[in-house]
Amino acid sequence: MTVLIEAVGLHKRFGEIKAVDGISLKVAKGEVLGFLGPNGAGKSTTMKMITGFLEPDSGKAEICGTDVFQEPKTAKAKFGYVPEGAPSYGEMTTRAFLSFIAEIRGFRGAELKSRIDRAVERAGLQPVLDQIIDTLSKGYKRRVGLAQAILHDPPVLIMDEPTDGLDPNQKHHVRELITDMAADKAIIISTHILQEVEAVCSRAVVINKGMIVDDGTAEDLLQRMHYHGAVSLKVVADRADAAIRALSSAAMVARVETVGKPNGHMLLRAIPREKTMTSAEIAAVLRAQNIPVDELYVERGRLDDVFRQITMPEEGSGNA
Amino acid sequence: MRNTWDNAWIIAKRELRAYFATPLALVFLTVFVALTGALTFYVGQFFQRGQADLFPFFAYHPWLYLLLVPAVAMRLWAEERKSGTIELLMTLPITPFEAILGKFLAAWAFIGLALILTFPIWITVNLLGSPDNGVIFTSYLGSFLMAGAFLAIGSFVSTLTKNQVIAFIVASLICFLFTMSGLDLVQNSLRAWTPAVFSSAVSSLSFLTHFQRIAQGVLDLPTLIFFFSMIVFWLFATVIAIDQKKAQ
Repeated sequence: MTVLIEAVGLHKRFGEIKAVDGISLKVAKGEVLGFLGPNGAGKSTTMKMITGFLEPDSGKAEICGTDVFQEPKTAKAKFGYVPEGAPSYGEMTTRAFLSFIAEIRGFRGAELKSRIDRAVERAGLQPVLDQIIDTLSKGYKRRVGLAQAILHDPPVLIMDEPTDGLDPNQKHHVRELITDMAADKAIIISTHILQEVEAVCSRAVVINKGMIVDDGTAEDLLQRMHYHGAVSLKVVADRADAAIRALSSAAMVARVETVGKPNGHMLLRAIPREKTMTSAEIAAVLRAQNIPVDELYVERGRLDDVFRQITMPEEGSGNA
Repeated sequence: MRNTWDNAWIIAKRELRAYFATPLALVFLTVFVALTGALTFYVGQFFQRGQADLFPFFAYHPWLYLLLVPAVAMRLWAEERKSGTIELLMTLPITPFEAILGKFLAAWAFIGLALILTFPIWITVNLLGSPDNGVIFTSYLGSFLMAGAFLAIGSFVSTLTKNQVIAFIVASLICFLFTMSGLDLVQNSLRAWTPAVFSSAVSSLSFLTHFQRIAQGVLDLPTLIFFFSMIVFWLFATVIAIDQKKAQ
């Protein structure tokens, strides 16, 4: 496992506010790390320090083993970065902008041309090559920012909310692009969209108030969810009491919650005592009492809930 | 070192292209040429003087630069900061100095172009009489140097704000102080309550004092050193300011 991105004890304060308070992380080749957290948690600040844009108060960051503050030029050649909002020079055409980036990256002549062609193809920019960037749609602007970052095929990619504000098709396209590139790169993407973590990330780091509060695969995070493995069911309203009684007395059920009452039905949720309860067992309990069930499914737990649970502990375990 | 110039050149090319992406550049050039003409012929009384030189043309350059150079300089960094492209620029494999140098050189070249476009005045004076073209050439060179010093101040001020209007006003103000500091008006009030060393030090920082010699065709070593060290000083101030301010 080759570690390509390493941050050690990053701290940054802005006046009285501790924006980043001791973040350390490692990302290996082949990993896509999702940076999760509410707005203002310190995601962008951390990325700015890892890319060497912002000097930390203490701590260090290394890209492919090169310290970004000791040898900034060497380190900066090894990553591509999409800053928040994917800024680019709006008065230029897509082609001119990418040429500029390619030149700065040290490409000339035929190589410059082939690099641009490849980035354009990967980001799907052919239709807007000769348009002024300011006149492009938000989706295309994002992709210009993305093309700029992958132009030199860097071993490390760092993207700050790459899909923010895109429509579902565009999001899908960007995620596909990230997945395609994932195998031979180390990638960090920040997001507050949780499906994104499930869709593309091999690992997720949740940060809140400048600190890492959780680190694991998307699946790990789901496991930690209160309702993971709970069974939700829908019964007709007048049999609800009977259903609750039957389920509460079943051995594998810890407790039963009522969730809602849509259209003369009652939505119930059976919380398991252990993580091994199956929907078949629940169905069997109800069938024994002759209670008809309209719907029955196992909750996977929603990442949104995990997110709230981790980042807003003061809300407790109330219904999410 | 070669690499530094390469990168600065790539940045400068991009900047220059950006100037001409909008009609603003052409408006600026037109205004510059029109104003130099108007000042020379009407205010400077070029014809009435009856002398074959360009003294009335060059004499107004400091005052013209006071408004026009900060207008060129204001966008250098304020715009990068406002649009967020500074984050892109500063995470590319270049040093801040290369970026600053590139942008400065582009703006300087642009003002150089504006100066070159005033050539009809030079043709006019050559048609009307036989001026000392050596003096005129020296004055052009000196004027260009002075523009560079104004521009370096503007570049520094532009890093301090995201607002181009504020950058413009503050840069004009600082340039104004540097221009005025040699005038009797300022000098007399300084001499009244400061030691002579101080007032002459302030006077020696005056663009006007140095430029008056240039307008007469004298470009001597102290003047050269003065303008070059002004440029170097303010560009380094820009490097420091960028380092401090880029992420805010």
